[in-house]
Amino acid sequence: MAETITHSYLENTGRYKGILAWLTSTDHKRIGLMYMYAMMVFFIVGVLLGELMRLELFRPGQQFYSAQTYNGIFTIHGIIMIFTVVIPGLAAVFGNFCMPLLIGARDVAFPRLNLFSWYLYILGAAIALSSQFLGNGPPDTGWTFYAPYSIQTHTNVVAAVFGAFVLGFSSILTGLNFIVTIHRLRAAGMTFFRMPLFPWSLYATAWIQVLATPIVGITLLMVIAERWLRIGFFDPSLGGDPILYQHLFWIYSHPAVYIMILPAMGVITEIIPTFAQRRVFGYKAIALSSLAIALVGYFVWAHHMYTSGMSITARWVFSLLTFLVAVPSAIKVFNWVTTMYKGSISVKPPFLFALGFIFLFMIGGLTGLSLGSLATDIHVHDTSYVVAHFHYIIFGGVGFAFFAALHYWYPKMYGRMYNFRRANIAFGFLFVGFNLLYFPQFVIGIMGMPRRYFDYLPQFTLGHQLSTIGGFILLIGIIIMLVNLFSKKGVKAPDNPWGGKTLEWTIPSPPPVENFDELPVITGEPYYFE
Amino acid sequence: MLTEASNFAEGVDLAFKVIFGISIFLLVGITTVMITFVIKYRRSKHPKAEQIKDNTALEITWTLIPLAIALLMFYYGYAAFRPQRDFPKDAMNVTVVAKMWVWSFVYPGNKESNMLVLPINKPVVLNLTSLDVIHSFYVPAFRQKEDCVPGKTNQMWFIPTMIGEYWVLCAEYCGMNHSYMEAKVKVVSQAEYEAWINALPKKTAEPEGLTIIKKNACTGCHSIDGSNLVSTSFKGIYGKESIVVTDGKEHTITVDDAYIKTSIYEPDKDMVKGLPKGVMKSYKGIISDDEVSRIIDYFKSIK
Repeated sequence: MAETITHSYLENTGRYKGILAWLTSTDHKRIGLMYMYAMMVFFIVGVLLGELMRLELFRPGQQFYSAQTYNGIFTIHGIIMIFTVVIPGLAAVFGNFCMPLLIGARDVAFPRLNLFSWYLYILGAAIALSSQFLGNGPPDTGWTFYAPYSIQTHTNVVAAVFGAFVLGFSSILTGLNFIVTIHRLRAAGMTFFRMPLFPWSLYATAWIQVLATPIVGITLLMVIAERWLRIGFFDPSLGGDPILYQHLFWIYSHPAVYIMILPAMGVITEIIPTFAQRRVFGYKAIALSSLAIALVGYFVWAHHMYTSGMSITARWVFSLLTFLVAVPSAIKVFNWVTTMYKGSISVKPPFLFALGFIFLFMIGGLTGLSLGSLATDIHVHDTSYVVAHFHYIIFGGVGFAFFAALHYWYPKMYGRMYNFRRANIAFGFLFVGFNLLYFPQFVIGIMGMPRRYFDYLPQFTLGHQLSTIGGFILLIGIIIMLVNLFSKKGVKAPDNPWGGKTLEWTIPSPPPVENFDELPVITGEPYYFE
Repeated sequence: MLTEASNFAEGVDLAFKVIFGISIFLLVGITTVMITFVIKYRRSKHPKAEQIKDNTALEITWTLIPLAIALLMFYYGYAAFRPQRDFPKDAMNVTVVAKMWVWSFVYPGNKESNMLVLPINKPVVLNLTSLDVIHSFYVPAFRQKEDCVPGKTNQMWFIPTMIGEYWVLCAEYCGMNHSYMEAKVKVVSQAEYEAWINALPKKTAEPEGLTIIKKNACTGCHSIDGSNLVSTSFKGIYGKESIVVTDGKEHTITVDDAYIKTSIYEPDKDMVKGLPKGVMKSYKGIISDDEVSRIIDYFKSIK
């Protein structure tokens, strides 16, 4: 070992002190944490907006505020949660923090570009949020900005759309950075098929970020051009085509779902072998199914449009492709469960969250099947069934995987442990609250409750009330979890608290500035347990 | 659970049953296996993990089985959907006109109704149109939904198979009163239908002013029959006294030509007390001066 004294990345040794030392740092670990802190603020705002909606929907009729306010709230809830929380999501936080550690690199390929991406992220989020305070009132289009409503409404759509445009650049540059990092900076001897599976999922994600995001960027600019210059792209009263908007929007926004979920699957694939002390079952199938999902995921976008009046050929082709993309997701679930077979399982909080993820993700995936199927989608399209489905995938999936990752890598990030009992209690509240919040929405959706409704028919009352109660149980869970993790310092964490086999567990907690004294040399598979 | 009131409902529900049945089986099965493994192989009972090798045959099996299930589900969804696109030749045609936030139904002979009345067991083709933004015509009891897209006409068809009244809801978000955009579809006997359609008056030529305010969706917020929507009804508005807020100060005005013009071009200038600024957009450059005069003429006629 080298004799040099290495500093933890959390200590300030450079020119600046305090917050400036963070804001000017190009260390991938610090940037990961900076994404996480910003994202948590946005997440909490998004959650509170969601709770405001649940309060209003507790009873039919108007309770606390007007329909216009409600429309503004669900729009900004969607914009915050989609564009500033789950799209950057696990890739920005844990991708940045862990990926160089997992592949045995000192940093990402372009550290300064990485910091620049963070600033673009903050700038984009600030512009999007400014829509609430500037101009003609908060946008009321929904996060999907469907034309021609988004062209005609007088609310401040441009700021929200431009914010999303800037956020897109942050996503593209992060993707580019990760692709180059994974190609160029893997440790000696780490072939692609010796690389851990979280970097594999990030690699698949990064290609989607780079290739799909420009499409939504252009589309959003077209909306701005149409609003300002009255160029008829999408609004028929100006000579445009509203269906064209939907195609362009979903060509990005469907693959964007995989930008969110692939890193989540990757994290779960790291956690399960560690807590089962077993090599992952079907390593190659998991690695390649990430690529398969990324690839086939490009060709299913129009399943959001079965009722838009597309040709019957378009409808059945997209339906068939949608069912094909379900298969690689199923394979991953089988691999995770089989990895537990004859393992030596220790149910610590990260593993508990991973189990929660698998269950909720299965419900999300299986309920997606009736949305991919033509006849059934016609009935439940644009109902609260869809709302429940995508919250199961995005919150139950991406959200719970995020919590799992946070509990898994927290000791590495801060060099401290947290209280396991409180983490388990938080999980209990989150899991029960989550299901009570969203499951009733499947039921009322099948009964015919449309989404984005400020008011509803009396037969949907019970479902909405259960949902609201669930929403507040969930909120308690979030509070317990955050207080447990961030209110006080826990005991000092060992370098490898869980007995993990990947490279991040071979270095100190918290890691030194450039991660590895000497770059590791890889001679075998990543999940090698004796 | 939900009434099956059209010829397609049963097929759609069968597809639901197939998909949900298989899904529940998979969910319960996989969850049980997972929990069993967690309990059986917990560290206290099973301290040493066995390193199991990959098994290609097993992996191929669990790729092919989900693939077969997926194709089966696709087929059921397709089979129930396909006939929905085979439009019958002899069906009656009704045009659905959607606009913010009302439905209207135009029958042959230029007869218009705000309720969709249909004879039982007769195929009907709906021509779906919109005058402003995208709406979506949704009747849960029929398991039918299709968007009303401005600038094009979409179609759906079905046979109502049960006498009764069902909800028509708007399923595509269309602005402020989206959740109030509802109507009823009433399925009746042939005799009852004929009596109803014969009694339905033809659409008479409407005053120019009314056409203009309908075209600009003014009637989304301002009724013409005295009922209270978002804002003041146009019925009896001309010459009425009203309390307005100008630059934060309240005062009373009489609705006259000048005030109507200001309200259309600069809606935020003299806000009716109790309404937020920005609730209405300016129609400057959209409604011409001449059209404003037609609107004023119309207002005078509906005292």
